[in-house]
Amino acid sequence: MARMKFVCDAERCIECNGCVTACKNEHEVPWGVNRRRVVTLNDGVPGEKSISVACMHCSDAPCMAVCPVNCFYRTDEGVVLHDKDICIGCGYCSYACPFGAPQFPASGTFGVRGKMDKCTFCAGGPEVNGSQAEFEKYGRNRLAEGKLPSCAEMCSTKALLAGDGDVVADIFRNRVVQRGKGAEVWGWGTAYGSKQAGQPPAGAKS
Amino acid sequence: MMRPLTLICVLALTGLAACSEKVQTGGGVKSDVAAYQGADNPFVNPGWKAGDKTSWEQGLKARAQNTQNEYSKTGAPNGPK
Repeated sequence: MARMKFVCDAERCIECNGCVTACKNEHEVPWGVNRRRVVTLNDGVPGEKSISVACMHCSDAPCMAVCPVNCFYRTDEGVVLHDKDICIGCGYCSYACPFGAPQFPASGTFGVRGKMDKCTFCAGGPEVNGSQAEFEKYGRNRLAEGKLPSCAEMCSTKALLAGDGDVVADIFRNRVVQRGKGAEVWGWGTAYGSKQAGQPPAGAKS
Repeated sequence: MMRPLTLICVLALTGLAACSEKVQTGGGVKSDVAAYQGADNPFVNPGWKAGDKTSWEQGLKARAQNTQNEYSKTGAPNGPK
């Protein structure tokens, strides 16, 4: 299997925030923590585009590189996860992440910053797969249930694709060929190191 | 004359070795079980066998096509053959 990846099709995203709602509901994410959010580029300007952003589970994740306690790990499927028992909530990962994915609950005394929380690609954490302990710390482990991330499966326009990199790239490629435009994928090159991604093809319709 | 000097060198090397940095291999993370081993709850999707990586991968690929690729789902004429 190739690595698990996210693709957000800006031609299709209608800024409904269904992915955000699905994520918050699936993992019972507390107030103040948004593992996923929708960002609108050139908001209010004709031709504005929206994209759904969360942890992209980068091939060469900067969060892993800067973590002083080495709490991150990568699964065989390329999903970047972390161990909350080791995280000290320093926030270095937040500064390093180009997508603003790391979140810090601030519900403690004096708004003290808690342990980092982020998108897990619905793959839980180090605890036993599907256990209550895993759910309370990281949310549902849908991958271990044979399912794909809730955000992508709930997406009403199928703008957000998640799964095996080969499969989602193939689905997206077919769309682009059919409509003849919109090959740009924001964040794809940053996350997965493709220089080709994000560049409009020659002769593409606007 | 050489014996005390050798002894001092050995002691100095032994002492300095204790000051060396710990080897930083591996992570401090607890081991995580692979997703294809299945989940310990009643919400597991049927159609694949827990512990069988191939069936898990095939199940996810089929699910991705069924839930995310409307071209193949609806059998659109312009879809992939």
